[in-house]
Amino acid sequence: MGGIALRHLAKSFGSVEVIRDLSLDIASGEFIVFLGPSGCGKSTLLRMIAGLEEASAGEIAIDGVRVDALPPGRRGVAMVFQHYALYPHMSVRENMAFGLRNVGQSQDEIERRIAEAARILEIGHLLERKPSQLSGGQRQRVAIGRAIVKEPKAFLFDEPLSNLDAALRSRTRIELARLHQQMKSTMVFVTHDQVEAMTMATRIAVMNHGRIEQVGAPMDIYRRPATRFVAGFIGTPAMNFVPVTPVGGRSGQTVVRLPDGSEVATAILDYGISGDGELELGVRAEHIAAGGGIPARAEVVERLGDRTLVHARLGDGTVLVFEDAGDSRVAIGDPVGLAIDGARVHLFDANGAAHHAG
Amino acid sequence: MPAESRRASPTPDPDVVGRSHPAHLLFVLPYFLVFIVLVAVPLGLGAWLSFQEYDMLGGYGGYIGFANYADLWKDRIFLGAVRNTIWFVIITTPTFVIIGLFLALTLNNAWRRSAILRSIFFGSSVLSVTIVTLVWRLVYMPDRGLLQNVFGVFGLAAPNFMTTEYLALPGIAIVTVWWIIGLPMMLFLAALQQIPAEIYEAAALDNASRWRMLTRITLPAIRRTIVLVALIEVILQFQLFGQANLITNGGPNNASRPIVMFIYEAGFRDWALGYAAAASQVLFVLMLGAAALQLWLTRQRPEAG
Repeated sequence: MGGIALRHLAKSFGSVEVIRDLSLDIASGEFIVFLGPSGCGKSTLLRMIAGLEEASAGEIAIDGVRVDALPPGRRGVAMVFQHYALYPHMSVRENMAFGLRNVGQSQDEIERRIAEAARILEIGHLLERKPSQLSGGQRQRVAIGRAIVKEPKAFLFDEPLSNLDAALRSRTRIELARLHQQMKSTMVFVTHDQVEAMTMATRIAVMNHGRIEQVGAPMDIYRRPATRFVAGFIGTPAMNFVPVTPVGGRSGQTVVRLPDGSEVATAILDYGISGDGELELGVRAEHIAAGGGIPARAEVVERLGDRTLVHARLGDGTVLVFEDAGDSRVAIGDPVGLAIDGARVHLFDANGAAHHAG
Repeated sequence: MPAESRRASPTPDPDVVGRSHPAHLLFVLPYFLVFIVLVAVPLGLGAWLSFQEYDMLGGYGGYIGFANYADLWKDRIFLGAVRNTIWFVIITTPTFVIIGLFLALTLNNAWRRSAILRSIFFGSSVLSVTIVTLVWRLVYMPDRGLLQNVFGVFGLAAPNFMTTEYLALPGIAIVTVWWIIGLPMMLFLAALQQIPAEIYEAAALDNASRWRMLTRITLPAIRRTIVLVALIEVILQFQLFGQANLITNGGPNNASRPIVMFIYEAGFRDWALGYAAAASQVLFVLMLGAAALQLWLTRQRPEAG
């Protein structure tokens, strides 16, 4: 129970099309993250599921029942808002009880659910406080608690971690992942933070310009991004992109030439992607190593402790970021020879579509 | 802690923000002087005057103790004026709160129509009392007034607000509400716009009916503004004068004579300044009492809620 089906959804605000012809099936019990830059339509999509925005076209079904004509309260979903949206003049207990009272739940049941949620979230000692007497992290827990007591078919989260400081954010991330395992309910989570998406999601839907660019498990999206947009959006540091010229196949696999003249033999099958000639090579920092034959000079050295990121400039001016060991001895200005792992690179054609090895 | 180390340092920096310095008094001085000359001194003079027999016409005067107050206590016109004024405040203040809130709730949206209506409702506030009373005299006029015309269509006789004793004050109240409903409406609008939309969305997801949203979300959120509007209106309506003077001239049979009108007549028609000053002190105490009562009530509420 708790599966969500979106069919040909569209949403326009005036003449601005925010969501266009979007279809997606969210399985019951799944933790799906809508990931994308601001303005990509991810929050609007979430609000359409919640019933806070009306769909311009299309259907939404929860548990096999069409809900797009129902008011928000009757869709069986609970939402955690970015700014928590706690009722400021009600105590924590009243905040959690409000929704249950509105549907005529018995007082015993309300007390039982509040006690249960308070136990899970460890907020029992806060029940009589007002939201203004709580810290940001505590408010966040109360907002989640208010969702839990409703025992919804699906939880909707609208960037709920963006107001927390870095330490609290990573802790809450872990707690949310644990909560999901514990409750086994469907969770839809909107964020622009790829780390949140990668760490919590069972599946990520990467969105751009009101469309889903790719849906998949986090590591699938990381390893095999479907488009150049996804490749650039996922991963820190961002993937290196270099315009390349195909120089024909070698034993059926594509060989490309970098702007500085060096050639990279990829493991990508040559099935004619080099057709019109406009190609871009995508390679992550961890798939470039020092000690190869591509001449470059270190320009910036970022020491992160466990690893070192080196920004190296090739002869023609192209800059590639590569990953070196934590105790790397590369210094600014040092000449380095780069080796690109041809088995792990991606090629993007003029339409932005990706081609991978294997 | 940087603040503490600074305090502990042997030579404090004279430029540190928050330190007191005699020269800072200069910043307060302009307001302070105006306050002394235009508020404190007249207040004191008024109190002093209320203990004097001071006849401008005869040109004599002298200390008479509480005689003015004793006379006021026996003056049936004055007691009537006090009763009228309190009654006027009682009928207008809740009306301002309820209608102002209703207008604000109805017009709190981005529609063009609402923007126009907001301007119209606020627009009458800029008119002077003379214009407003002139317009409403035309409405209330017994034979050819707008009201009579409207009632006449149905073959009815319009209530005569200007010449019926028990209708005179309600008639003036209607004029007053029509005239300055704009300010309460604007104050309520400002308060409503402070409530984050997310809270209403959370309430919608919580299955709250419109009535529950109003009583459990909106009203608690704007409680302070409700108190503010009530306070402003109490202070304002205790000072009723212009409308009563121009529409009914205090009549019929003193039924709409307010305290300020009594003061005006005692002071500037009968030239009994001491007597007028004593009446002013009574009005001052009434307003102070009403305002204090309201502030006290609002200070009680947060503990209860």
